[in-house]
Amino acid sequence: MASDLALSAAERELKFRDPAKARALTGALERLCRDIGREPVSVMHVCGSHEQSIAKYGLRAILPRALNVIMGPGCPVCVTDVPEVDEAVVLAEDGVRIATYGDMLKVPGTSKSLADAQAAGAQIDVVYSAAQAVELARDTTAPVCFFASGFETTAVATAAVVLADPPPPPNFSILSAHKYIPPVMEIVAEMPGTRVEGFLAAGHAATITGWRIFERFVERHRIPVVVAGFEPLDILAGLVKLVELVRDGTPRVENMYPRCVTPDGNRNAQRQLWRVFRTTGGRWRGIAHVPNGNLRLRDEFAWIDARRRFAIDVRRLWTHAPSALTQVCICGDIMAGIASPHGCPLFGKECTPDTPVGACMVSSEGTCKIWHQYGGHPDL
Amino acid sequence: MCLGVPGRVVAVHGRSATVDFWGVRRETRLDVIDEPVQPGDYILNHVGFAIRKIPAAEIAETLALYEQLLREAEGDMMAADVRTEIAAAHDGAPPEGSRGV
Amino acid sequence: MSVTVKPGDAVQPSDLITLRHGAGGRAMRLLIEETLAAGFADTPVDGIGLAAMDDGAALRLGDGRWLVITTDSHVVHPVFFPGGDIGRLAVAGTVNDLAMMGATEPLGLTSAVIVEEGFRKGDLERIRGSMLATCREAGVTIVTGDTKVMGRGELDGIVINTTGVAVARAVIPDAGLRAGDRIILTGTIGDHGIALMARRHNLALDAELRSDVAPINGLIRAALAAAPGAVTAMKDPTRGGAASALHEMAAKSGVGIVIHEARVPVSAVVRAAAEMLGLDPFHIANEGKALIGVRPDAADAVLAALRAHPYGRDAAVIGACTAEHAGKVILDTGLGRRILAEPDGEPLPRIC
Repeated sequence: MASDLALSAAERELKFRDPAKARALTGALERLCRDIGREPVSVMHVCGSHEQSIAKYGLRAILPRALNVIMGPGCPVCVTDVPEVDEAVVLAEDGVRIATYGDMLKVPGTSKSLADAQAAGAQIDVVYSAAQAVELARDTTAPVCFFASGFETTAVATAAVVLADPPPPPNFSILSAHKYIPPVMEIVAEMPGTRVEGFLAAGHAATITGWRIFERFVERHRIPVVVAGFEPLDILAGLVKLVELVRDGTPRVENMYPRCVTPDGNRNAQRQLWRVFRTTGGRWRGIAHVPNGNLRLRDEFAWIDARRRFAIDVRRLWTHAPSALTQVCICGDIMAGIASPHGCPLFGKECTPDTPVGACMVSSEGTCKIWHQYGGHPDL
Repeated sequence: MCLGVPGRVVAVHGRSATVDFWGVRRETRLDVIDEPVQPGDYILNHVGFAIRKIPAAEIAETLALYEQLLREAEGDMMAADVRTEIAAAHDGAPPEGSRGV
Repeated sequence: MSVTVKPGDAVQPSDLITLRHGAGGRAMRLLIEETLAAGFADTPVDGIGLAAMDDGAALRLGDGRWLVITTDSHVVHPVFFPGGDIGRLAVAGTVNDLAMMGATEPLGLTSAVIVEEGFRKGDLERIRGSMLATCREAGVTIVTGDTKVMGRGELDGIVINTTGVAVARAVIPDAGLRAGDRIILTGTIGDHGIALMARRHNLALDAELRSDVAPINGLIRAALAAAPGAVTAMKDPTRGGAASALHEMAAKSGVGIVIHEARVPVSAVVRAAAEMLGLDPFHIANEGKALIGVRPDAADAVLAALRAHPYGRDAAVIGACTAEHAGKVILDTGLGRRILAEPDGEPLPRIC
């Protein structure tokens, strides 16, 4: 039997983006929602890439009206807190060359973003891999600091470059802003305003962690979790299974992405991740304290930790008071899934991708940015 | 956009591999993958690192999953229809299906 | 003394020009409207001037003729890229802007070159060779120019400004679309920007990604001749990509545009590279393509004329104009529908 994978890109796309299958799946969703018989049925996903896929393919235009698919705090850039951005900005202004993923460039700190620092002369390099940041450091004697953002899937790559042999050169350091998703699902599930009846879990994070880590969450909160992939049909199929479990009142974990996700995940990746990082509590931008939500380098790796190599004093960035608009910003509620961008008085007016007030409007995985770009719930 | 397009391993050199993503080749690190890979295998890439070897029949397997899901959903609907018919038979009202679909 | 700000200067970030302002999206449009062009449009011109923000200006000469002028400064890096170089771009870009206004027979180009001290003479000769070849292809030549050299570090390599002039009997603005008009795209999108991005960011992509930079005045001439008077708007999707260009056409014309994603030509390589980088081909620059609005009854004739030309083989009708959703561009993805918004800054590769 010839491998599926020998198909061309176009053929493969046809399989995972087939309009006829999409119609069958949304038909099933309509029937399930009718069975449930009340409105809305609210489910949450916690992955910017899920929202991107939903928005990019215009899936919200075909989902049943009764189904409310909320984006939760699944944008790692959006939840990177102001002090963390300030740390990177201070290093940049002090002459350290910063390597960062593209999305972080424009996230506002207390008074400025890395892009602002760059416009004022600091050296910032956009990279798409931690390995690339290390190569930058090998090509120069100047200090290079990798501003490591992203969730656990991305932290795995950072861990790998730390543990690699030969190790990164002495002028290389890491400023970790990595986040860990499972604890925030607990927070959202326990929030007073929440009406989330089920979670769609991110397929690539689960490729690393396996799907069994959600079992305890399901036991405690009695709401189902379905692991889903990112092709439009993956997402629709994941939603069908999730709404089915909501209808049946059977909270359990289901894996709808078996081609990538196994019960126990990738042990090799997990080993490296937890060798290099430990969890610690911290504030997620707009969401308050998340116990075990941040990933920091273990003491054994102090030699590569920018926070321990450099004396980073962020206070000099506090010369400008945050604008009054930031008091009105409801990014936190949006990321927690208890408000939507259309409910924000600033959305599309004072707060736009050009003039962002909150982080949700900056990152390409941010709910507000995605809705602004793709039209949210368009009546199209 | 992390749709996780699988790439085909073209060559392996130590901890890196040259991977072809339908005409776009790039170097991908193998430090964190949990199975050995060789040329011809397909991998899932994330920020320049291979995180999973994709099984050869992944599309067939996934499509089968969708089919099963739809069959179950349909089966539920048929079961619901049957239940409604039985209930209606008890009431004396015409069964749901006879009103035309 | 430098007029640019240094780290530590006490300036509000909002007072500074950033790279976003040059990326062809909304930020740039606002910079032009509010800062650079403000005031000049108050003096009326007999024709299409600054207020229209079109690809060029068209000034009435009398006896039914228009003088069409356009100018462009080219700062592309790397200077030499797969498929072309700054010289080819400088000529093609200006020839194409004239063509987008309906002026497909340029009378002449100017070429003002600013070179950094230390630039290789051999590279300059290579660039000149490209400009000459592209001029020959377009049927035009450089008639006057200017040359400056700046000190090492005062300029990044080379900047070339070209201005083009032509006379035309009919000018086609980018604002003439009406409900029902079809939208034709003359070929694949994203080629130029992706080819450059791969080189510029030293991304480890080594596919056959070539820029599509080319003078398309011949192609447009054929399209206009196939259906005189039936072409209602034209725009080339350069910086900001097809999304930016479509958005402008919809907004200026006061119509909605619905695009069918399945019909938009995108090469397999660009699609794969864009997906890998987390970028949208609609946001990526092209330098040898055009968007053409045409009355429905003439669409077939224009399409046939385009496809008969070497630069139009992949031409396709990709959508149509509607009275609803005026000013918006809607993308029918085949699975659903969404807004195709203009990009707001330089497309950056994302976490993926």
